[in-house]
Amino acid sequence: MKYYTYFPGCSSSDGTAVAYGLSTQAIAGALEMELIELEDWNCCGTTPYSSLDELESVCVATRDLALAEKTGLDLVTPCSACYTTLNRANFHFKEYPDVRRKVNEVLASIGLEYKGGVSVRHLFEVIYNDIGLDFVESKVVNSLSGLKVAAYYGCQLVRPDPGFDDSENPQTLDRMMASLGAEPINFPLKVQCCGASLVIPELDVALGLIHKLLENAASNGAQCLVTVCPLCQTNLDVYQDMANAKFKTKYKLPVLFFTQLLGLALGVEPKALALDKGVITAQEVLAPFIKVTKPAA
Amino acid sequence: MLSVKNQELVVEESDFLEEVCSVPGGEGVLACIQCGICSGSCPNVALMDNSPRKTIALIRAGRRDEVLASNTMWVCLSCYRCTVRCPRVVKPTDLMHTLETLTFRHRLTSKKTATPTMYRTFVDSVRNYGRVHELGMMMKFMTKLVWMKKNPLVGLRMLPVALKLLTHGRLAFAPKKIKGAKEIKNIASKVKALGGS
Repeated sequence: MKYYTYFPGCSSSDGTAVAYGLSTQAIAGALEMELIELEDWNCCGTTPYSSLDELESVCVATRDLALAEKTGLDLVTPCSACYTTLNRANFHFKEYPDVRRKVNEVLASIGLEYKGGVSVRHLFEVIYNDIGLDFVESKVVNSLSGLKVAAYYGCQLVRPDPGFDDSENPQTLDRMMASLGAEPINFPLKVQCCGASLVIPELDVALGLIHKLLENAASNGAQCLVTVCPLCQTNLDVYQDMANAKFKTKYKLPVLFFTQLLGLALGVEPKALALDKGVITAQEVLAPFIKVTKPAA
Repeated sequence: MLSVKNQELVVEESDFLEEVCSVPGGEGVLACIQCGICSGSCPNVALMDNSPRKTIALIRAGRRDEVLASNTMWVCLSCYRCTVRCPRVVKPTDLMHTLETLTFRHRLTSKKTATPTMYRTFVDSVRNYGRVHELGMMMKFMTKLVWMKKNPLVGLRMLPVALKLLTHGRLAFAPKKIKGAKEIKNIASKVKALGGS
C-alpha cells in the first residue's frame, strides 16, 4: 500500500466535477493507494486569486502546503489547476527570498509555518509513475478493447513544467488507455486549451475552442474523450450542446475522467464511478465493455 | 523610455518597467528578445488589444496606461503555451497575472471584458468560506453582469447550463465553510498590512 495526502480541490469534492472525486476514491483501493484527505484544506486560489494580489495568492496556497508538510507525505491532487497553482506557490516560495520571508510572516499570524518541503503531484502522474502501467494492466478485468478514445491532456498537466511528459505531444495518457485495452486515436489538439474559466465571462470565446476540440476528436474517429482535469470535463461535456447549437453540429461525445475508464477496466461498479453525472451519456459507448463488476474496495 | 534630446538618444528610467519587475513573475520582461513566439503560440491573440510580444515592448517603453487599460491579460487562458516555448524564460503567463494585479493598483482595469468581475467574485467566495462555492459564485457573477450590461436578459444564456449541472447533481446548494475560514480572512488583512506584493 502506498500512502498520500489527498487534495481533491473544490470542484472535485462537491461541485461540477464531483464524479472525478468519487471515481478517484473508488479506484484507489484497487490500485493499492491510500489517499488521506488533507484536513481543513482551502481553495488553492487558482488563476483568479493570482490576478488580485501576488503575495496573497501565494499565502493562501501555502496555507495548504504548510498543513500538508505536517503529514510528511506527497500532496496529490486530481485537479490540473490545483496542481499548477500549488506548484507555482511552492516555486515562488523557494525562488524569491523576499516572498519566503513575507509568506512565513503572514502564516505565523495564523499559527503556521512552511519550510518548503512538500512535493505537489498530479494524481495521473502518481498512478503512471508510482503505481505503474504494468500493475494497472495486471488488474484489468474488463478490457476496453476496441474503444476509440481521444486522450485529452489539456494545459496544466503538461505545462508550465514540462518535466513529466512532453508539453507539445505528450504520450502518457495514450499509453495508459492502451494498457486498459482501449485504442487512443490520433488527436492533434490533445494539448489545446478548452477555454478554462473564461467559459463564464467570455462564453463565445470558449465555445469556439470547445468546438475545435470536439471536431478534431470526432473527425479522427473518437467514441469518447478522456480527461485529467475537472474544468476540461465540464467545458467539453456541459457546454457541448451549446457549442453544437452555435456551430450547427451534432456531436454527442461523452467526456470521461481517466479515473472512470480506469475503474471500469478494473471492474469497479459503474455506480461508484459516478458515470451518471455526465451530461452527454456514456452508457451506449461503454455498455459493451462492462462485464465484470465488483463494489469499490 | 527612449527619447531624443539635443539630437542625442537618451534612455530614461521607466518607473513602470521597474514596478513590473518588482512583482515576482514580472522580472522576465528584461530577458525578452521580441521574437514573438509567445504571440504566435497564443490561442487568444486575435482577441487581444496588444499581443503578448507587443505588451512586453510597451512595458519596456514605459507606456503604462496602454498596457494596463488593455483587455490583453483578461483574455489570457493561462494555458502556458507561451511559457514553455519562450527561448528566454520570460514566463509571459506569470507576467499576465502580474499585470492583472497592477491594473487594480492603478485603477485602470479594462471594462471591455467581464473577466475581472468574475475573478473578484471567485476570490470573494474563497475569502468568505475558504473554498469556492460554485453555485453562489455563478449567481453573484450573473447578477453583477446584468447590472454592468444594464440588460436583464444577459444571464438567460447560462440558465440551461445551471439546470444541467443541478439535474446531474453537480452543484452543491449550500456553501461548505472550512474550520479555518477565518484564517483566510486573516491572511488577506495581514497581506494588506504588509502592503501586498
